[in-house]
Order: sequence, then structure tokens, then C-alpha cells
Amino acid sequence: MDPLRQPPSPCSPRPSSPRTQSCEMLGYVGIEAVLDQLKIKAMKMGFEFNIMVVGQSGLGKSTMVNTLFKSKMWKSTLPGLGVPTPKTLQLQSVTHVIEEKGVKLKLTVTDTPGFGDQINNDKCWDPILGYINEQYERYLQEEILITRQRHIPDTRVHCCVYFVPPTGHCLRPLDIEFLQRLCQTVNVVPVIARADSLTIEEREAFRRRIQHNLRTHCIEVYPQKCFDEDINDRILNSKIRQERIPFAVVGADREHLVNGRCVLGRKTKWGIIEVENMAHCEFPLLRDLLIRTHLQDLKDITHNIHYENYRVFRLNKSHVLPRGPGWVNLAPGPAPSPASPQATPRTMKVCRWTQDNSDDEC
Amino acid sequence: MVSLYAQESRHLCFQRPTPQGSQAQDKEYVGFAALPNQLHRKSVKKGFDFTLMVAGESGLGKSTLINSLFLTNLYEDRQVPEASARLTQTLTIERQGVEIEEGGIKVKLTLVDTPGFGDSVDCSDCWLPVVRFIEEQFEQYLRDESGLNRKNIQDTRVHCCLYFISPFGRGLRPLDVAFLRAVHEKVNIIPVIGKADALMPKETQALKQKIRDQLREEEINIYQFPDCDSDEDEDFKRQDAEMKESIPFAVVGSCEVVRDDGPRPVRGRRYSWGTVEVENPHHCDFLNLRRMLVQTHLQDLKEVTHDQLYEGYRARCLQSLARPGARDRASRSKLSRQSATEIPLPMLPLAETEKLIREKDEELRRMQEMLEKMQAQMQQNQAQGEQSDAL
Repeated sequence: MDPLRQPPSPCSPRPSSPRTQSCEMLGYVGIEAVLDQLKIKAMKMGFEFNIMVVGQSGLGKSTMVNTLFKSKMWKSTLPGLGVPTPKTLQLQSVTHVIEEKGVKLKLTVTDTPGFGDQINNDKCWDPILGYINEQYERYLQEEILITRQRHIPDTRVHCCVYFVPPTGHCLRPLDIEFLQRLCQTVNVVPVIARADSLTIEEREAFRRRIQHNLRTHCIEVYPQKCFDEDINDRILNSKIRQERIPFAVVGADREHLVNGRCVLGRKTKWGIIEVENMAHCEFPLLRDLLIRTHLQDLKDITHNIHYENYRVFRLNKSHVLPRGPGWVNLAPGPAPSPASPQATPRTMKVCRWTQDNSDDEC
Repeated sequence: MVSLYAQESRHLCFQRPTPQGSQAQDKEYVGFAALPNQLHRKSVKKGFDFTLMVAGESGLGKSTLINSLFLTNLYEDRQVPEASARLTQTLTIERQGVEIEEGGIKVKLTLVDTPGFGDSVDCSDCWLPVVRFIEEQFEQYLRDESGLNRKNIQDTRVHCCLYFISPFGRGLRPLDVAFLRAVHEKVNIIPVIGKADALMPKETQALKQKIRDQLREEEINIYQFPDCDSDEDEDFKRQDAEMKESIPFAVVGSCEVVRDDGPRPVRGRRYSWGTVEVENPHHCDFLNLRRMLVQTHLQDLKEVTHDQLYEGYRARCLQSLARPGARDRASRSKLSRQSATEIPLPMLPLAETEKLIREKDEELRRMQEMLEKMQAQMQQNQAQGEQSDAL
């Protein structure tokens, strides 16, 4: 048998297992053109991204969203001139399709006015958790239909940006309670809001304290350590984790003239704070993380991990859901665990048997 | 230092007019024009005491502002509590005293801090300890005033409360409104917007206007700076009007020196886009606050506390002691005729058990009186009996 022609592994849908060997190419085949095909398909279909912003009123959430996507998603208002804070937490979603260089992005932003504004903020995170789970449920219902749509509309929240007020001390009890609950359900990116009230030293000290608080309370914010796929990811993400999270951001949607350039910023009597200047604030880092480098990763983690966790939890809870073809039979054990214990050994056994067979043949 | 003042005032006291018209003028000159100087001398000797309370959520720059106002480092050894400690922290009241001397005048400043206010997830009734503290000081003063030795009454009443409002909110939050409503009849409130360097000028104006409107809507009485006299010059009146317009004060605090050239070191906060100067009237209202609080209205704050707030508390307290149902003119006048020593000392809050204890005490007293009368009677009888025996 030709040693170069190996039979394809029966477990091909799984990511590269250590057993598949790479083989040397004898000439140009044209496999790399698949990237172009993917690109064309993606541009035709467009991307979807759902982001949620959570924080007390006045921390600049709407302005930040406007600055991130350089468009007036929300009407940002001066204090006192806007709609008064609602008495209870409400969730408001707004969807826009924005286009850049032929790439369409269907962006849905969910705002949470009234969060943390009342005297008694106990359980103010429940409506938010309910909304997130509702989106998962909607996707699940679409997924278990017998005749499914070709492209299931994705309303699941891919990223939740949590705005921490710039007290300069440490995380407040409300922040800790909220983050503990939400980090298990959705990707959370904490940011220090209105960071123009902190000097550089104060920011660093505040950031250290917040990181320490997050470690003490075992809160895993995005990018989570356990989901790093390979060494490159780990290096990149640990740099972000250790030095930069949470980002100290400032938002602005007015332009001012600085040194002949038109920049987005806030004009005060002692200077102009440029939003896109790394020396002034870390907004470029947040933008890069959310849009330029980690957008697809956010969606993947939401789909592969958070949604799957929800799905397993739901399926274990109710055994009466209709079963489609190829549905893995999960034994309803007394103590359901997220990782299905029976499925994995079975598929793994299949792989090993085939490999042994192939070895025998060779 | 004190003696210098004394000399000066004595000099003023004995200032005599020129010898030509001295005879005629001596007849008219009585000398009580120098009374204010005597008062001045006495006050300087006695010293001033002032109690200032700061309240507001944590992280609004309260400690930094106090350090900047009085140029002291009251919070040097402060350790910010860890987040896990905060989860179970309840509101505590901390009192700190410091003696400040400037130009021979001694001020004994007592600072009351309220760490833990507005920190927890459920802040319902978190202002009650503060209200109770203020009323306890009034109660203490009432006891001292009603007591026998009134020479050395320590005035621990809270003269002023600086309430810090967050610059990041849209005006007053529900917690702010609840706190201000609970204390506005008991203490002079000066609302202050902390960390005002987070705001652009337009935002500051809009926020101030919103807060003023909200205070009016909720009928919260903050400290009203008294109008200046009509005989003051226009400049002073304009300054006064400007200061009143800038309430609530948008302040920035800092003890860090950013510029040392010039006559005095300039304190401020250094950012990468510019430097905020604390004492620059264009940057924030710190100067206005300091002038109004310390330089011009310190005494007025104390007087309003004594004449209006304390008297209001006292009247409420004494009226509540009148028995319910017997609120006719007779009993009211009876109460007012009773001298201060006879009025039973107020206790608050009047819980059921305390009422019971008081009633039992009354009963015991009556029984004791009866016993004494009976004893006296018995003694009298005995004495009479002896007399008759003797006779």
C-alpha cells in the first residue's frame, strides 16, 4: 500500500486529532482557493452579531455603541435631557445593517436601561438572564424541527459588555453578583466606563484590583482561559487577560479638530480627550477585540459552548423533545452532567477500532 | 498669637479722636462700637468647633475633597475594603477630629464619614443609621442643655452635610432622593457633584439644572445661602449671585501638586490630555465651595443648625412627649411652664418596651412617695403617742 495514501479518518468532523498526519504536496492543487469561496459565500450571506450592553445609567453605553460602530445606533443624550430612568429594568433591542467594503453586518444591540439604578437592586440580573436564555431557547426550537430553515436566524447574544463605574476602588457587590451569574451563560467583556475621570496610575491600580477581585471570585470573563484552542491563542489571549482586561474606555460621538485632524473626542476646558488615541484611553483595544480580531471567536464560543451547555441542560431537563435523525441518545442519569458521558467513549472507540484495522491492513 | 489680636483690639478700643473736638465728642462717644472686637477676642480664645458630615456612594472623591478643602491628610492610613469584605459590609458612622490652626484661629473640626453608604445590592433603609446619628447628637445637646452644668456643653451636632452626587447619573438617583428626604429637616445639606472633571462644560450645566429641578420637585430643602445685604457693593453682589447659581457645586479634589512655579503651588490632576487645576474657577467650583463653606458661611451654618434645625427637633420632641388625647391648651401651657429640669428626658425612638419601662418607673415613684408619706405619718403618730405618754 502506498504509504502516502491514507484512508480518510471516520472522525473527520472533529478538529484535527493527533493521529491525522499531514502529507507533503507534490504540486499546486488549488486548495487555498477554498478561502476565496468561503469569502464570497460569507459576503453574500452577511454576518450577524448580537451585542448587549449592561451598566448603570449615565455610564456612556449608548455613546460607546455609537463610537464602536461609527454610526448613530442610539440617540446619546446629555444628562437631564434624556428619557428618565425607568423604574424597573427594561430591555430594548435595536437592529441595524451596516456595510463596509461589501461586507454586510446585521448588528443587534440590546440595551438595559434601569439596571442597578434602584434602591433595591436585588435580582436585577434576572430579566437579563431570562432574555439570554430565551434567545437560546428560540434557536433550540428552530434547531430541533424536522424541516429546518437553511439558515437559522441567530438572535443569541454573542457578547455582553459590562460597564464598571470608575470608582477607583474595586468591584462593587452588585458587579460581582452580576458577573458571577452571567459569565456562565454568555461571553462577558468588562470595561471601565468613563475612564476620563481616572489618571493613568489610578487606572492601572483599579485594573489590578478588579483583576484580583475577578480571580478571587472565580469569574471567567472573555477571553476565557479554558477555551483557548492552541498555543498562539493562549499567548495572545493571556496578554489581553493579564494586562488589559478590563479596558478603560471613553466614548464620544462628536468630532473636534486637533492638530488639523478631525477626531472623535470630548472637549473640556483643559484639553481634548481623543477616543482613538491609545495614550488617552483603550477604546481601540476594545474595538479591535470586539470587531477586528475576535468577532468570529465570540460567535463560535457562544455557539459551541454556551449554547451547547444550555441545550444539554434543556434536554436533560425534559425528555419529551422530538428527536431528529442522528440525535445522540443521552441516558437520563440521576446526576446529569454537561459533558455527555456515554457518547464520547463510544465515538472514540469507533475511531480506535478503525485505526487499528488500518494498521493491520498496512 | 492671641495676644496680638488682643493688643490690636485694645488699641482700637482706646482710640481717641483728635484733641480739638475731644471734649464735645467724648460726650457722644460711649464706646460700644468696640463690642464686636471684644466678641472677636472671646471667640478667638474659645476657638471654633465645626462638625461636617460627608455622605454619598463610595468612589465619588469624598476623602480627596476633604483633604483638599482643609489641606490635611485625614485619610492617610485609609485602606479601601476589599470587594469580598464589601459584600457583607453595613453602613458605619466614623468620626474623626482634627485641630486646624490658621492665623491664630483654632478650629476643632470633626469629620463624620459614612463608609458603606449605597454600596450593597439592597440599599433599602441604608440611610437610617445616619438619621439616627444626627438625632442622637441633637438628643445629647438637649440633655446637656437641660442638665445642671451648662458651662462646658460640647456641641457635637452636625452642622453641615456635604452630599456627593455622582457625575455619571442622570441627576439624582432614587437612593439620593430617599437620603435627602430623610435628612433635609435635620441638617444643612450642601449638594456637591463629585469628580466633576469627568464632565464637559455643557454636561455640567445640564446636570446642575436637572438636579436643581429635581430638588424642587421633591421639595427637598437644601441649605439656603442668605442674601447679601443691600448695602454691599455691586461686585460682591455679583459674586454672591454667581456662587448661588453654581449650586450644586461641581468639584474636583486633589492634594497632588502639578505646578510649583508662581506664588503658590498649584494642585490638580494630571491627565495625558491636559491638567485639571483644582483652584481654577474655570475648571471647577472648588473655590466657591471652600469660600462658602469655610470663609463666609461657617458661622451661619452653625447658627442655622442651632436656631432652626435644633429648635425644630426640640419642639417635635417635646410635643411628642405630651400624652396623646390630652393635647388641650392647659397641658401644653403646663408643659411650657415646667422648667427644663422637670421635663423627662426624651428617648428615641420610643419603643414599646421603653414606654412600658417609663410607666413602671412612674408607678414605682408614686408608690415610693406614698410609702414615704405613710412613714412620715407613722413617725408623727409615734411622736404624738410618745408625747401623750410623756404627758
